[in-house]
Amino acid sequence: MNKTAALIFTEKGIYCPNGNFYIDPWRPVDRALITHAHADHARPGHNRYLSTDIAAPVLKHRLGAISLETISYGETRQIGSAIVSFHPAGHVPGSAQICVEVNGEIWVVSGDYKTVADNLSTAFEPVKCHSFVTECTFGLPAFRWMAQEHVFGEINQWWAKNAASGAVSILGAYGLGKAQRLLSGLDLSIGKVLTHSAVEGTNRVMRQQGIALPETEQIMPETDGKGQSGALILAPPSALGSVWSRRFGETSSAFASGWMGLRGVRRRRAADRGFVISDHADWSGLNAAIKATRAENIYVTHGYTDVFSKWLKSEGYNAQIVPTEFTGETVDIEDME
Amino acid sequence: MKRFATLISQLEATTKTALKTQALVQYMSLAPKKDRLWCLALFSGRRPKRTVTASQLKEWSADAANLPLWLLEETYSVVGDLAETIALILPKADKKYDRSLTEWIDDLRLLTKLNIEEKKQFILNSWCALSDQERFVFNKLITGGFRVGVSQKLMTRAVAQATSKPEAEIAHRLMGNWTPDQTDWHTLIEAENFTADFSRPYPFFLSHALENAPQELGSPTEWFAEWKWDGIRGQVIVRGGDCFVWSRGEELVSDQFPELQKFLDNIPDGTVIDGEILTWKDEAPLSFNLLQKRLGRKTVPKGLLQSAPVILYAYDILEWQGQDVRDQPFQYRRAILEALCDNKSLALPLRLSPSISFQDWSDLEDVRAKARDQRAEGLMLKNLASHYQAGRKKGPWWKWKLDPLNIDAVMIYAQAGHGRRANLYTDFTFAVWDGSDLVPFTKAYSGLTDAEFRQISTWVRKNTLQRFGPVRQVTPYHVFEIAFEGIHESLRHKSGVALRFPRMARWRQDKMAQDANSLDDLKDMLKIYG
Repeated sequence: MNKTAALIFTEKGIYCPNGNFYIDPWRPVDRALITHAHADHARPGHNRYLSTDIAAPVLKHRLGAISLETISYGETRQIGSAIVSFHPAGHVPGSAQICVEVNGEIWVVSGDYKTVADNLSTAFEPVKCHSFVTECTFGLPAFRWMAQEHVFGEINQWWAKNAASGAVSILGAYGLGKAQRLLSGLDLSIGKVLTHSAVEGTNRVMRQQGIALPETEQIMPETDGKGQSGALILAPPSALGSVWSRRFGETSSAFASGWMGLRGVRRRRAADRGFVISDHADWSGLNAAIKATRAENIYVTHGYTDVFSKWLKSEGYNAQIVPTEFTGETVDIEDME
Repeated sequence: MKRFATLISQLEATTKTALKTQALVQYMSLAPKKDRLWCLALFSGRRPKRTVTASQLKEWSADAANLPLWLLEETYSVVGDLAETIALILPKADKKYDRSLTEWIDDLRLLTKLNIEEKKQFILNSWCALSDQERFVFNKLITGGFRVGVSQKLMTRAVAQATSKPEAEIAHRLMGNWTPDQTDWHTLIEAENFTADFSRPYPFFLSHALENAPQELGSPTEWFAEWKWDGIRGQVIVRGGDCFVWSRGEELVSDQFPELQKFLDNIPDGTVIDGEILTWKDEAPLSFNLLQKRLGRKTVPKGLLQSAPVILYAYDILEWQGQDVRDQPFQYRRAILEALCDNKSLALPLRLSPSISFQDWSDLEDVRAKARDQRAEGLMLKNLASHYQAGRKKGPWWKWKLDPLNIDAVMIYAQAGHGRRANLYTDFTFAVWDGSDLVPFTKAYSGLTDAEFRQISTWVRKNTLQRFGPVRQVTPYHVFEIAFEGIHESLRHKSGVALRFPRMARWRQDKMAQDANSLDDLKDMLKIYG
């Protein structure tokens, strides 16, 4: 890595020497630019944070009293001799790709992204750059998502069937982003939607900032478990099959995640159903996004980095793997997806 | 095939046995009879002969998906199932063929007559005309092995419900070496006289491990005890002038054990004996290792017949003088067996499993403690009034095995599993210390919970020292308690020992790598138990 590079990869994370800041660092630093509020990107302990205005409320909700500046999509800001801007990544509300320009050299760090619009997050916008740091959580051709309307159709059908037989449907999904996206696609004429506290906390924050979400009812310790027949419960994946879930009597369980596209994972999770819906780009989404940046240098991170970088090389890109602390090839982050 | 693909989806869309049974019952009642028969065949491992190789499928599907072959291979290693991988990467179907399961299978079988180009055309065309789920099923028909969480027991129950017949009868009907070519739904499932097939074995009666103190079984006078041996559970059938030997895995193994053909002229026609096949010399069993050499062969060389001769250690009699005696009490069956063995057995490769007499349960505890001296695994307890049932049941029979041996070992290699375990590191190689070196001595795959496998998989990914294809060498760090049933000398293994039924009993997170056992510890065990 030569001295003039706009971004370099360090032990603490992606670093901009000209601006003296890090992007999604995993060790405490002075200044951190945060792509989105998921725990593997937004860690506690930094002196100063910068995120989009839309991401800020959830970030504060999760990290507590932090020193946080905000920026709007598309707005540019100079930090040291670097020019920084945040662009919609379509992953969760407020998620951003971070664009860093130093001496005319443009880098974009994707964070996590999804190229297909979902009516909840600001839709992904490709940003032209010289170097693109891309996630590749689902960077294998086996991952191809169906249109979300189709998946919502499946979920509602499952819910309606359970409701008709008097059973409670428990849908496991990550509490920030996925849960709200599902909520926006549920057919509320079927029944009422109950939430686990981990999901409702984020719902509340998002409602307060003006994101429209359908009505939900948080499950409290005194909630009558047996009186909820026909309802759908949104809960974090860890709550499924737990003691918590047993109070509802007859239930049918499901997970909603991109990993549910694999039979092995589906069977291992031992839920009744697995719905394939992800907040990440699928194989064709990743390839299209990379192409749209017109970048020559592609740095891959978070996912099947070995395979995906080899593929990009065969497609003529100058592709490299970003060294990261999160060397997991995926299923580690099954629950975070 | 839509109906069959739907059945597979239904079976996979629930973890509840009742719903799985319901889906199967529906299929077994409504599908065309030929398809039902094939469904039974496929779910019981009777798959059609392969007409297309896995490498052809890989090559053609990579072609059709416009992907390099190496990428397909990498994807396969993550997905963990070739049929599924191919179904996932192919472009969506643009045509539609509506053909029954049987028609597809017949078409696939006809491929043997075609040249490679014609085969390829057929496969590519078929892929273009099938929905994602049908495509997966179609690929499975070629690659074989439907694992959809349907046990023999579940299938038996579903057929029984669909046909209003008793489960035990269906279990019996489904035994043996029938294929959809030699029979039909009516003959196999519905016909009155289904015992016409002389080779058909009875379903094995299997036991659970004793959970509580034997005292809770009640009066010792109602129970029979015998040694439990580590051989191959088998059923020998003398019927219609032929002698058939079946293993517990429902494989016909008559050719592997030709000495048992001596039963033919010495045991009356219409006799079926349940027992253990053991290698045997000087009226004592030899090691299981030796018995293993007899398996998986078409013919047994003379040398092996001499170095590893087998006998049938008789536990029970299921048919006598052409009559099914399984519903008689054990005591009655045992009397017949004793009379039969008493007359002939010494001249034949047949021994009666001796009854162990005991006054009270504590006597039996002392006997059990000595099982390893006898090369036995423990004891079997059988209620004297028990019928010979089908499948694994609790109550009338119990196995009361010795506690396993165990040793603490360091994990040094890890490999990802397949199917349900795809993408998880589940297959480990373990080592013990030899001075400052670690010597691998066993592999183990089972014993951890899914959560533990997930945790160790994350660790493996972060602590890989080197990769050898799918195998990762990891930092020697984690210690596991390996439990096993026996230990034998082995010249093939670097450590000089081979274990019987090794599995992970516990993840010893409280121990450091240097706290693991040594090769000397293993060799001491070999001296005592080998």
